[in-house]
Amino acid sequence: MSVKDKVIGIIAEQAVLEPSDVTMDSTLEDLGIDSLGLVESIFAIEEAFDISVPFNANEPDQSDFDISSVAKIVEGIEKLVAEQHG
Amino acid sequence: MKRVVITGAGTINALGHDVPETLEAMREGRCGIGPLEFRDVDRLSIAIGGQVKGFEAEGRFNRQQMTLYDRFTQFTLVAAKEAIGQAGLEFTGELAARAGVVLGTAGGGVSTWDDNYRAVYEEGKNRVHPFVVPKLMNNAACSHISMEYNLKGPSFTVSTACASSNHAMAQAFQMVRSGMAPAMVTGGSESMLCFGGVKAWEGLRVMSKDACRPFSANRNGMVQGEGAGIFVFEEYEHAKKRGAEILAEVVGYAMSSDASDIVMPSKQGAARAIAGALADARLNPEDVRYINAHGTGTAANDKTECAAVADVFGRHADELMISSTKSMHGHLIGATGAVELLACIMALRDGVIAPTIGYEEFDPECALDVVPNEAREAKVGVALSNAFAFGGLNAVLALRKV
Repeated sequence: MSVKDKVIGIIAEQAVLEPSDVTMDSTLEDLGIDSLGLVESIFAIEEAFDISVPFNANEPDQSDFDISSVAKIVEGIEKLVAEQHG
Repeated sequence: MKRVVITGAGTINALGHDVPETLEAMREGRCGIGPLEFRDVDRLSIAIGGQVKGFEAEGRFNRQQMTLYDRFTQFTLVAAKEAIGQAGLEFTGELAARAGVVLGTAGGGVSTWDDNYRAVYEEGKNRVHPFVVPKLMNNAACSHISMEYNLKGPSFTVSTACASSNHAMAQAFQMVRSGMAPAMVTGGSESMLCFGGVKAWEGLRVMSKDACRPFSANRNGMVQGEGAGIFVFEEYEHAKKRGAEILAEVVGYAMSSDASDIVMPSKQGAARAIAGALADARLNPEDVRYINAHGTGTAANDKTECAAVADVFGRHADELMISSTKSMHGHLIGATGAVELLACIMALRDGVIAPTIGYEEFDPECALDVVPNEAREAKVGVALSNAFAFGGLNAVLALRKV
């Protein structure tokens, strides 16, 4: 399974949606994922890819990890996987 | 001062998953204590407890709730649903703004601590789920009741070991009596029956390996239980006006501290709490027909408690009945007073005194009518519920038939 499919699966589960309902330009807000849902998603992503995501819930905008859309999240994770397992 | 009545009761414990099941078991003198079932139980030397069996959280709670609810919170919500459902109260507007939740727990989310310590220490994991803290915190159960039922008034959790829920209920009672709140949800919850929770108690060497036999000369210690007891305390006129069914009236309480030893109980501290509750409720000692004892089944508690009762009641001590239902459901630690209050309600409402089961041998140091082994029918107008905690913190409640 690609990084993209895996991430979409995790986000869909968190949002209680079908993966097909999660598009690359969706934002977490569009999907109804709140701040607790976000930290839970990040935890699930870290577990699934065995990576560490640099994200601080106090300053999401300042984090090196862009969460502004599903596409940005997938992109960020691909980069982290390459850095941490490359 | 306002009168305070109980208009809803709920529970889950080793004797039953609701109040009717629990009271039936108490009437029948059934024992809910048995072999413990959880991971690594074979590494414990104490392998019995009053464990809640046949309880599946899956199906009752959704996936998101499951990630946030420790077992002690799950128990609380199950009991609260029964209690608030029975009371028939809907918390909206002014009532919602003023009514709150005061709960007792000694350990809070013990199995959440246990599971996650395992993950990081034993399994060497370096990451835990983000909800570990909101799941294990002692006030989690209180907050989830508040959110579920829209209770926006004074809400907090009290932690005084084995007296936690009596302290909590005393506080809720005081809030309703003073007019501060028209109704309060109160009681307590505990779930320590996991490897770490039982191992810690084992260390103290006060646990029985075979049974909890309060007041019996051959008693050899306490047995842990788990579960929750939740009540709706409501101002009498408020309850009457809406035609609510009244289970009993709470008429007084007292709290005291032994100020002497971190584990050994004191007769004076216990006696001051019992006498204080009578004085607060403006009762004469002769009014009391039943006491739900703290009755842990340890050598020290039971003889100290009997001596305190004898001191406060004098000759009347021989006339009243005192039983320990811990012999059936085990010691629910921070929830124990809440589950035991059900035995007081049963005595007042149904005229049935729950027995002290497992009683085998007379102990001259516990020479009171401990209602051995079989429930008894008796008319009871006033009942007390004792709780004496480690740390010497005592709380006694007085209830009256309505």
